[in-house]
Amino acid sequence: MTETLAETTTEAEEPLPEFPMPRAAGCPFDPPPTARALHAERPVARVRLWDGSAPWLVTRYADQRALLADPRVSSESTLPGFPHASAGFRENAARRRSFITMDDPEHARIRRMVTAPFAIKRIEAMRPEIQKITDELIDSMLAGPTPVDLVRAFALPLPSLVICRLLGVPYEDHDFFQRNSSLLINRHSSVEEVVGANEALTDYLDGLVAAKLADPADDMLSELAARVRAGELTQREAANMGVLLLVAGHETTANMIALGTVALLENPDQLAVLRETEDPKVVARAVEELLRYLSIVHNGRRRVALEDIEIGGVTIRAGDGIIVYTGTGNWDAEVFPEPERLDIGRDARRHVAFGFGVHQCLGQPLARMELQVVYGTLYRRIPTLRLATGIDQLPFKDDGLVYGVYELPVTWTS
Amino acid sequence: MSGDKGDGDGSGEGKGVTMRVEVDVPKCVASGQCVMIAPDVFDQREEDGIVVLLDERPPSELHADVRESAVVCPAAAIRVVEK
Ligand code: HEM
Ligand code: SF4
Repeated sequence: MTETLAETTTEAEEPLPEFPMPRAAGCPFDPPPTARALHAERPVARVRLWDGSAPWLVTRYADQRALLADPRVSSESTLPGFPHASAGFRENAARRRSFITMDDPEHARIRRMVTAPFAIKRIEAMRPEIQKITDELIDSMLAGPTPVDLVRAFALPLPSLVICRLLGVPYEDHDFFQRNSSLLINRHSSVEEVVGANEALTDYLDGLVAAKLADPADDMLSELAARVRAGELTQREAANMGVLLLVAGHETTANMIALGTVALLENPDQLAVLRETEDPKVVARAVEELLRYLSIVHNGRRRVALEDIEIGGVTIRAGDGIIVYTGTGNWDAEVFPEPERLDIGRDARRHVAFGFGVHQCLGQPLARMELQVVYGTLYRRIPTLRLATGIDQLPFKDDGLVYGVYELPVTWTS
Repeated sequence: MSGDKGDGDGSGEGKGVTMRVEVDVPKCVASGQCVMIAPDVFDQREEDGIVVLLDERPPSELHADVRESAVVCPAAAIRVVEK
């Protein structure tokens, strides 16, 4: 599985590997072979991006945690040297400022404005409602024809409904925000598409914040509106945060539901364990293992060095771009023995699928809860669930910043 | 890197080993991981989800969970001292 890289020639002579790297045909869950080879041989290595720049790709778990927790490493995407995913992303960097691309102390100040609703107890209190939505969506699938696209019928609506309720965004607008959100996070989108999608979403959230200013409800956008009134945020900043929460809140979990289902269907012994268990701890473990195994946010955590940093036998210079590729970190055999095995019984809590350091996923308690409910319900209620097409026919999201499938035709025996 | 101190596998936990836990509140990013793993030792403030230490000297049956919390804490905000 691991290819060897010719090491005899010097870097100057040999073209750098391009990033992102293609996955191997027939191995949709494995990190790309080139990334695995770098992990084995050159854990901090330069790679080539779309714009010709050559940031460092960091592939080992220990180095990844060290760098993501290092205050000399910046998330500020407007700094020179920052490794952008595409021209559209570069163009958007200045327009789309939210705390995900800020450093502390500014990042901490703003992040703390939205942390309260994601506290474990508050998310736990949402479990019955999330269970109800899950059951209703499954009821309608079971009442409808087969095959059905699990993405459209279930994986996307569930987290979209939940984040809409939490934020106070009308779910009826889901076609609009789902379409723009996919454009926003696709690295093949043109500059116009990315900028246009961002404008459309920001204007939309701006309008909602304005409406909540006038007529507050019990939701996160109303809380942000109150901060706008108190002078802690501008309305545009509140709108930018709304966009971040709305996009991050539905795309990621939706892909974990769909891709996790594909992975489980390909590992029927593991699926059987989930289908038969009554123990929430077994399900919670499975969620962590699937997060580890799939590392769906596969664009790499993008950073830029503020100072010279020695790591993995190289010196990253101040101003150099850094891409922390968590896909290989989560497949690091030193931390996760036999990483290529999906083993829902293992303790995978140390994975870096939610990132690490101060930017570690804000929504992780919610994402975990949604996935626990879904993985604990879907396969029990539809025990004969299976793909309605060959796995090699599935449209994998190689071009998205979040990995998954665009469509997932499934069927069952009624 | 206090977060790397524990071995987290729960082994080598003798009777009579005392543990003291410290949290660095300004560093906390409210990830909730410690509360998820060791809810009897950690909680979160209602207003912003920032860590609250419930038990500075947790009993030995919780030591493994506390060590694991320190390892996964993304902000290195949990320090565990064992004697
Ligand atoms: C399985 C689902 C999810 C995965 C795999 C995931 C993954 C990630 C990752 C890897 C980061 C770190 C980005 C970085 O370091 O540059 C992140 C940050 C973030 N995520 Fe998630 N996420 C998920 C679900 C959610 C949900 C449901 C929300 C809800 C609103 C959310 C909101 C955020 C926010 C706001 C940030 C930025 C945090 C910061 O910069 O301080 N995510 N997520
Ligand atoms: S794990 Fe660390 S960052 Fe997360 S809530 Fe606990 S102390 Fe805070």
